[in-house]
Amino acid sequence: MKLRIHVSRKPGVLDPEGRAVHHALEGLGFQGIEDVRIGRMVELEVADNTSDAAIEEMCRKLLANTVIENYRIEKVA
Amino acid sequence: MSEITPDKVEAHGFTPEEYDRVLDALGREPNLLELGIFSVMWSEHCSYKSSRFHLKKLPTEAPWVICGPGENAGVIDIGEGPDGRKLAAIFKMESHNHPSYIEPYQGAATGVGGILRDVFTMGARPVANLNALRFGRPDHPKMKHLVQGVVAGIGGYGNCVGVPTVGGETNFDPAYDGNIIVNAMTVGVADQDRIFYSAATGVGNPIVYVGSKTGRDGIHGATMASADFGDDIEEKRPTVQVGDPFVEKLLIEACLELMATDAIVAIQDMGAAGLTSSSVEMATGGKTGIRLDMNQVPCREEGMTPYEMMLSESQERMLMVLKPGREAEAEAIFRKWELDFAVIGEVTDTQRMELVFGGETVCDIPLGPLAEKAPEYERPYLSREDYGIWANVEPLGALPEVTDIGADLLKLMASPALASRRWISQQYDSQVGADTLQTGGDAAVVRVHGTRKALAMTTDCTPRYCYADPYEGGKQAIAEAYRNLCAVGANPLAVTNCLNFGNPQRPEIMAQFVGCLQGMGDACRALDFPIVSGNVSLYNESKATGGGSAILPTPAIGGVGIIEDHAGVMTMGFKADGEEILVVGRKCAGSTAELGQSVWLREVAGAKAGSPPSVDLGHERKAGEFIRSLIDNRRVTAVHDVSDGGLIVTVAEMALAGGIGAALEAGAISAGKAYFAEDQGVYAITVPRGTGDTVISIAAGAGLVCEKLGTTGGDAITLAGRPEGADTIRCSVSLSDLREAHQRFFRDWMDS
Amino acid sequence: MSFSAAVITFPGSNCDRDMAVALETVTGHAPLRIWHGDADLPERLDLIALPGGFSYGDYLRSGALAARSPVLKAVSSAAARGVPVLGVCNGFQVLTESGLLPGALMRNESMHFICRDMPLRVENAESSFTNGFVTGQEITIPVAHHDGNFFANEETLDRLEGEGRVAFRYLDSCNGSRRDIAGILNAGGNVLGMMPHPERAVDAAHGGTDGRILFESMLNALAPA
Repeated sequence: MKLRIHVSRKPGVLDPEGRAVHHALEGLGFQGIEDVRIGRMVELEVADNTSDAAIEEMCRKLLANTVIENYRIEKVA
Repeated sequence: MSEITPDKVEAHGFTPEEYDRVLDALGREPNLLELGIFSVMWSEHCSYKSSRFHLKKLPTEAPWVICGPGENAGVIDIGEGPDGRKLAAIFKMESHNHPSYIEPYQGAATGVGGILRDVFTMGARPVANLNALRFGRPDHPKMKHLVQGVVAGIGGYGNCVGVPTVGGETNFDPAYDGNIIVNAMTVGVADQDRIFYSAATGVGNPIVYVGSKTGRDGIHGATMASADFGDDIEEKRPTVQVGDPFVEKLLIEACLELMATDAIVAIQDMGAAGLTSSSVEMATGGKTGIRLDMNQVPCREEGMTPYEMMLSESQERMLMVLKPGREAEAEAIFRKWELDFAVIGEVTDTQRMELVFGGETVCDIPLGPLAEKAPEYERPYLSREDYGIWANVEPLGALPEVTDIGADLLKLMASPALASRRWISQQYDSQVGADTLQTGGDAAVVRVHGTRKALAMTTDCTPRYCYADPYEGGKQAIAEAYRNLCAVGANPLAVTNCLNFGNPQRPEIMAQFVGCLQGMGDACRALDFPIVSGNVSLYNESKATGGGSAILPTPAIGGVGIIEDHAGVMTMGFKADGEEILVVGRKCAGSTAELGQSVWLREVAGAKAGSPPSVDLGHERKAGEFIRSLIDNRRVTAVHDVSDGGLIVTVAEMALAGGIGAALEAGAISAGKAYFAEDQGVYAITVPRGTGDTVISIAAGAGLVCEKLGTTGGDAITLAGRPEGADTIRCSVSLSDLREAHQRFFRDWMDS
Repeated sequence: MSFSAAVITFPGSNCDRDMAVALETVTGHAPLRIWHGDADLPERLDLIALPGGFSYGDYLRSGALAARSPVLKAVSSAAARGVPVLGVCNGFQVLTESGLLPGALMRNESMHFICRDMPLRVENAESSFTNGFVTGQEITIPVAHHDGNFFANEETLDRLEGEGRVAFRYLDSCNGSRRDIAGILNAGGNVLGMMPHPERAVDAAHGGTDGRILFESMLNALAPA
């Protein structure tokens, strides 16, 4: 089973990287950009019988820093 | 119906008595915003309510002190530059313990950011960062993660802003398992005629907000009591602040650019207590008043309330008072650096803090009573005798004999206490600025840009001594900082401190606090080494280690000294074969009396017993002045003080730093374990061959013991010959074994 | 003889002053200081230096945002005219991100920032940046970076080696760079990118002066033969 874990800063937590990229896009002349938030995506290949609970635990224990980050699990196939 | 319920009062950290003082100060019942402001200003962090009474007794003055405690950082005179400019060093140390335990990377990073702002807000360009870190036992399940995160956070922030991280210390003890200590120190250099203070003056002058926007960062649990939050409260209110070192770098450059003009009346960074403490302190300091239009505060999120704006701990923000009509000039500078700039209010003559939101006055607090009615406690503390009973330190008792000094030395060098910190220091950019002259020695040395001068700096504290005897431990922390500065050839000038303790409502903890402060005060007076800035961090306790255990008392000291000509900077490494190694300040044979609380005792004998070594302040000063005169007169080639691990570890560190071994004269040894005693006020030095007797006689003239310990050379540390009456003692350890032992701990721990 | 250099400052640059001090110390002439938003550079320049630091916080990718700033267009056209361009550390990252040099600089293999004195071998002592060295000379220059792990495909690496465009190579394990590459030249030989910081090794107080030779080489290259 293929998984994509999308990790992003929680709403309300400052995202310095997003802010800098926002500025740079405007500097390049792009207009109408409301907000930029940057996260990361982790692709996992796991055994088909991996439980949802185990996947959640991987996210909570390692893939995301739940103090400041959220995660979303996407099952690709 | 009253908005303020007993629950809300308690959630804001007030006792019922303290709330009565709020009612008295205000002359009426506060609204929620006002309650929040009182809670910030009367918190331990802002009001120093448990510590102020004792802090007032510390010596803070000397002819070279320009500004002592009370401003953002301490300021000292460091003389003139080549162009006649009068220069000042500005420095402070601050704690970020709790946030670093919750989220080590961001906690440590924002700690560095905060202390940098304290220093550049006064007009200094930061030139060096240092830190003082205490972690729990390395095999604690969380500890590796905490060490990695804290080190990466300090580096991530400091490296990016372009301020070299040049020194610091790291200790491990189970007492920090549930409550690590992260103290960060910044040293900056300014022109004496360009030092900026925080007092807001000039009625009608504009108040300006610059830096990052305000978000809902770090609004404390207390505020959970406030109304209108749904189930997404956790999402809305992150309690960990995220730092942006890139914005900090821009803020440094923009502030220094504006400071080069004469547009600024006053400036203050928005620290842990945000807009509240910065605005209150500026208006109180100026004996004026302040009116802010909360609708003008730059916000990161929609719908923020004045309560949230005033209590937010968002990073990288400053508050300034400008001269009238200078707004456009200032704004142009901040816009160039892509930073927010907003005029949010004005200085008034009301001696009140008035906040307006949506055209209505939402807060109106008289500043006089806010300051004057703040609680101050003289908390009870145990007598020295009762503390000794409580601390229950075992007497030293019988000690194992040492026959193979080399074997114990290897054990010590591989222990977490003494292992090489290279794994840590390599993650810090220690050279940016191209003025760093020494790291990794007794003190770091950074050249004052464009001059012959250099600043020496060090952080020191031996918490296990402070626990066993708070008074001697407090003295020792100051004395060691003094000694480390002398060892690199610097004239010690002043210190900053960061006082990390447990719960002051426990008399035994308060006894630690009072004892350490008395010791520090006596040492500072005896050594002419005043305290010019500092920070207090209380309630460092955790149930994680079982039973509400407190940290060891940790009054971390940051010492700063001046070297007039940096060509004379002294280092610890052996320089050449065949030089004479001397010990200054004690007999080579030493005594076993000072093995109490030593690293050897803990690592080899497995005990934490005995009294810590005592510090003779008169001797300390004499020895320090003697070492400096030897350095000034070019009589020495290497200097290193004796500290953790004792004389043999000092010699081993000098050998490793220089890549040259040593043959120690065995005749003087009476007991092998005396080489591990942590006698205070002692230095090992090397002098060119044939000059040892001269130095010994100069020392005698100064009333100091000085003896020949051995000779440099070879690729091992050995005992030359057979010690008289102690024929079983031996030492033979190669530098390569020593180096391997020294590197092993962090490498094995981090790679495992 | 005057030596006319320009040091570019991006928001977040932090070795710009150090680079300017090194240039003035060695050449005797204070360089121009150019702000990243400036779209033009003087016509006649003997060197454009892109300094170390964390331009735009190194957000997105190190050097990526700086490589799209207005002044980089001017730097590119100057480079095309043959003006020498030196990128150190973050400057090297900007040069690869802008396409003036091949390859990319990835996160160090250790995942840690590394700051230490680093032994290097000079692989090409013919260029206008390195003519004061001898090919094969071993020198020591400090490194201080998080993203210095040089990557290029095998074909590119072979071409760089074959054309003598590897300027410096690490002699000790540093960051995982392909073939231990520490610095490379462009095909014209007038653009040098390197991770080590020569500006931190120009003055005896730094503990070493091998970096000074790089700046002296640039002066030599200008001197009439």
